[in-house]
Amino acid sequence: MMYKTEKAVSEKYLRKKTIISFVFFFLFTAGVVFAWNRLQHQPKDKGALVPLRKGLDANEWVFAHIFNNNHLTKSYSKNLAAPRARVNGDAGLNGTADTANWKLQLIRKPGDTLFISLAEIKTLPKTEIIFDFKCIEGWSQITHWGGVRFSDFVNKYGLSQQSRMSYAGLATPDKQYYVGIDMASMLHPQTILCYEMNGKPLPMNQGYPLRLIIPVKYGVKHLKRIGTLFFDNNRPKDYWYEQGYDYYCGL
Amino acid sequence: MAVMIWSGLLIYWANDVYKIGWGDKTILKFFPDTFYKALNIPFRLAEGMSLHFIFMWIFTVNGLIYFLYLLFSKEWKLILPNKHSLKEAWLVVLHDLHIKKGVPPQKKYNAAQRIAYTGVIVMGFAMILTGLAIYKPAQLYWLCAMLGGYEWARAEHFIITVLLVLFFVVHVLQVTVAGWNNFRGMVSGFEVVKDTPAQAERSSQNNNINNPLVNNHTDDVQN
Repeated sequence: MMYKTEKAVSEKYLRKKTIISFVFFFLFTAGVVFAWNRLQHQPKDKGALVPLRKGLDANEWVFAHIFNNNHLTKSYSKNLAAPRARVNGDAGLNGTADTANWKLQLIRKPGDTLFISLAEIKTLPKTEIIFDFKCIEGWSQITHWGGVRFSDFVNKYGLSQQSRMSYAGLATPDKQYYVGIDMASMLHPQTILCYEMNGKPLPMNQGYPLRLIIPVKYGVKHLKRIGTLFFDNNRPKDYWYEQGYDYYCGL
Repeated sequence: MAVMIWSGLLIYWANDVYKIGWGDKTILKFFPDTFYKALNIPFRLAEGMSLHFIFMWIFTVNGLIYFLYLLFSKEWKLILPNKHSLKEAWLVVLHDLHIKKGVPPQKKYNAAQRIAYTGVIVMGFAMILTGLAIYKPAQLYWLCAMLGGYEWARAEHFIITVLLVLFFVVHVLQVTVAGWNNFRGMVSGFEVVKDTPAQAERSSQNNNINNPLVNNHTDDVQN
């Protein structure tokens, strides 16, 4: 069938229709401008405007629900790995650290802390990963790491109860850098407590003796030189979260 | 859309690696420092990301609603190019550049518009897909791989943005040139077709007012 689409109308009718259309058009435009201005004047929560912070947390809710441990970050062959991984930050690595006597402080619960040496960690099976390390700034680099799968570490040190909590928290020995990570991401099979880069012990500026490598997160979560590791059902404090970034940072 | 581009700039600044050129020669760097400074872009990555990852929902939902509207209203038949469109679009270009006289055939949209508007819809979908590939390269590893990997997906996301901005510039210029009746059509959804003198005479005889004709542009949608 054909629609009848042309019709004769009076000038008055036309003027009325046009005015109504433009009134709606301007109201809509003004509404958008008003809403944008309102947004800019909202208070901040941890460096982010409150509505945006709420949006980021809602995104976390969505993407944490569809997170799947079987979805792996692509791995590459060794010859593609950068000989020297880019060093982008040294927060928590300044000052004098007694790396010779370093031990990982594993806080199983308040008042129950284990001190674990690098040699002990190295007795666990080694997992290697060569993946495209992604920085929140937008660059990425194929890098090669070796260490202990976090889920192996959990089994070895009897952390099944802790691994049912919502978050793991990590901090450097000097407590200057700290991250919080949801447990599902910590237990991802590619998440490792890393002590090697390119088959050699970690360089100082890459967080010797032990750092986190967690390919399902942006680089900001790959904390260098782990001092303490603990568990919590509330969000542990997080360095870049406090600067206005997303807490989840999931990839 | 504007917010997506603006917040995209805040994000892109943190790793602004794209440029046009070859070897060591650079013709155009995205973007010059003066551009960043003029718009106060530097050091706003966190703000950019939070805006981007919230307005992405609005962009996607709005785009989907428009797409579904086209689909179910059958208006897609007015937008999708047909077998004559390529040839006719060339005529439109010649006409618009005042190289050739004579108006090419058109219904609601001319052939060049059909190609451009369909292209924009395709680019909209491509923005969502490349965006998702950068946003969740681990969880959507297959999508990321399909687009050539993380770095390629980021470059594609950037290039399509540039194309969308170019479309917008041409679009606004064309609207400005086309004049008031066209702009009224964009806002209100109807176009006014003035009577030919003969018709005007007839209608003024009938009811003594000058009757413009309103065209709702559904004449060529057939069920």
